[in-house]
Amino acid sequence: MKYRIQQEAREGTMLINMGPSHPAMHGTTRVMLELDGEKIINCELEMGYLHRGFEKICENKTFFNMLIYTDRMNYVSPLINNTGYVMTLEKMLGIEAPERAQYIRVILNEFSRVCDHLTALAAMCMECGAFTVFLYMMKAREYIWDLMEQTTGARMTTSFIRVGGVRSDFPSDWKKTTRIAIDETRKVLKDCHGLMSKNKIFLNRTRDVAIVTSELAINYGWTGPCLRSTGVNYDVRKAFPYLVYDQLEFEIPLGERGDNFDRYMVRMQEMEQSLRMVEQCMAKIPKPSSSSESVTKGLEPAEAIKASRTKKPEERIKLSPNLEGTEKEKYPGILSGKKCIVPPKEDTYTNIEGLISHFKLFMRGHGIRPPKGEAYFAVEGGSGELGFYIISDGTDKPYRLHLRAPCFHIVAALEEIVRGNYLADIIPTFGSMNMIGGELDR
Amino acid sequence: MKHKKDGKVGFITTTFNSMLGWGRKFSLYQYPFITACCGMEYMSAACAHYDLDRFGMGWTRFTPRQADMLLVVGTISHKEAPVLRTVYDQMTEPKWVVAFGACAVSGGIYDNYAVVQGIDRIIPVDVYIPGCPPRPETIINALIKLQEKIQKEGHEWRFQKKKS
Amino acid sequence: MAISKEKILEDLKQKFSDNILDMTAQFGDDIIHIKKEALQDIVNFLKEDPYAFTMLLDLTCVDYQGEEERFEMVYHLFSLSLNLRLRFKARLKQNDCKIVSLTPIFKNANWLEREVYDMFGVHFEGHPYLRRLFMYDGFEGHPLRKDYPLRKQQPKIDLR
Ligand code: SF4
Repeated sequence: MKYRIQQEAREGTMLINMGPSHPAMHGTTRVMLELDGEKIINCELEMGYLHRGFEKICENKTFFNMLIYTDRMNYVSPLINNTGYVMTLEKMLGIEAPERAQYIRVILNEFSRVCDHLTALAAMCMECGAFTVFLYMMKAREYIWDLMEQTTGARMTTSFIRVGGVRSDFPSDWKKTTRIAIDETRKVLKDCHGLMSKNKIFLNRTRDVAIVTSELAINYGWTGPCLRSTGVNYDVRKAFPYLVYDQLEFEIPLGERGDNFDRYMVRMQEMEQSLRMVEQCMAKIPKPSSSSESVTKGLEPAEAIKASRTKKPEERIKLSPNLEGTEKEKYPGILSGKKCIVPPKEDTYTNIEGLISHFKLFMRGHGIRPPKGEAYFAVEGGSGELGFYIISDGTDKPYRLHLRAPCFHIVAALEEIVRGNYLADIIPTFGSMNMIGGELDR
Repeated sequence: MKHKKDGKVGFITTTFNSMLGWGRKFSLYQYPFITACCGMEYMSAACAHYDLDRFGMGWTRFTPRQADMLLVVGTISHKEAPVLRTVYDQMTEPKWVVAFGACAVSGGIYDNYAVVQGIDRIIPVDVYIPGCPPRPETIINALIKLQEKIQKEGHEWRFQKKKS
Repeated sequence: MAISKEKILEDLKQKFSDNILDMTAQFGDDIIHIKKEALQDIVNFLKEDPYAFTMLLDLTCVDYQGEEERFEMVYHLFSLSLNLRLRFKARLKQNDCKIVSLTPIFKNANWLEREVYDMFGVHFEGHPYLRRLFMYDGFEGHPLRKDYPLRKQQPKIDLR
């Protein structure tokens, strides 16, 4: 079958092909262009090069096992994806996470958003020729990932947010790491502002290029920073407050013209707001339910199992090195809900109830079973409203799961908005849209 | 250039060979074929914090014709497979391929209708890096392994197509 | 003053009494089951003031294999001024899986409908360019249908 652009091709024009393996098409998208000289008169996008069958796979996995796939959807901000998925389930199950867990979620979510924007802008700036900004922003991201790694044990694919709360508490010195991350990010943002925001070359390539009016943006279903750059004040965190966002003070930066530069600027300012939110959370977060000092003395798990054969061991159990200390004492602060949470390892190792509930969670046909029905829940993802639509038929597997990917709607508009611009404009335009392959193609 | 005596390789050729290997292993031009999440970790590894340039493989060429090392970073779907084959064919000899991340190695967690179960079903691979995604330390370790391999390989002046 | 959700549902019921099959709510989301013929009218009606459901949040399909009306189209509409989401559902028969396209009203329906066509094989009447979005030409079957096996691959090039 011929492509649309081939069918519509005019005489005397040139058809060229960008991608799917092109440095500016980060990820994998193919853009076909019809050019008159250097002017784009028609454009068609082909995607699906990263289609990994997310929705089909979900129908074949249990609700618990599916968590890891949500990490890999928007892989720049996996924690927001986790939150979105988990909170949809919580909506169906009627669970609410403890307050401390909510604060932990917000802190990690906001840091993820900073990472997302940093990566998007870094790629955009690099494609415009500012390699230094790319290196700076990657440096800032590295400091944030330090905190993530300390807390979650993984650098990006974390699977940290669980139904009912979070996997573990912050480590004891998290405030120090967070402080460093915030300060370093602020420094980088200041430098990048200096390098880019008034840069003549950058302004020439982005100011008044690919203007999107608010009507067009709404008609295309844009959300997130791209919608806000056109002046529409819509943010899921304000419109449908979830977690503790209604207790935090933050502003929603808006753009005026809806061009590439506004999309850049809104992201820049949003990062500052995110950092502000993290600072507020640091001050407000409730005390942990137990002293978070690690257990240095105690039984190893293997010994505890042996000891538990005769009677219940009294000493606290030392867990594996990346989960410091005991779990059971921390659980009330960070996890709630019965039947949906993994029982603390101490219980699993040493008493029969713990073992049974552990099995019950992981056995096929048991585990997390939301009531029959369907729910839609959305969180504010890195590039817009990230919605999960889950249909459950009462078993431990979803009957159908659909992800409302924000950048799907945004990238859909590219065909229209680059028309009439020059060939070189497609690069900052595509960069400012923050296309994430995993989310776009699913 | 080959200098043979009684079917054995002579002193001069072996020294020359190792010199060629030495030269080649420290001037690896890479072509990152980034498709998915592993690309984020690749970006970290290539940037200032971990800095692949310390090992003589910092130069990223964005055209396969100038590259020696193809890094396949991320999931390869069936739709992408012909593209990867073309990119590989476009590269000039000598060339090496690194499968980066569980998806490129074996399909990873995506065992379904859309994903190729390992890029070695499409192109020959020299080094496999496990991990989902691999940590930057793993990446550096793997690339040093590749350098060792290049050092030990028999080098020819003129490259014939690798038998596969 | 913005109108309330109850008022909108009431208005809908009055205006489209023949075409609305059922109205339910679950987990706080409102669900409206409609006949597939009335889809465009209802969406057009809601798009105008004072309702202003100007955004098509999401469009997807569910496959209920084994039932006579096998496919269920799910539309999420969103009103920025009322800050309200509504979900519409329309059932399609297996031997007649066609529904009218929303492309004249919402621009993002173009890709969303192509996705549903690709994944479920639902046809959209009036769609300007109905072509597979994720899979490639030559791919047989529709992967998200329940009868498509999870691991059935259709490689484009020869694999070793
Ligand atoms: S190996 Fe893991 S991180 Fe890498 S591309 Fe595959 S799913 Fe993503």
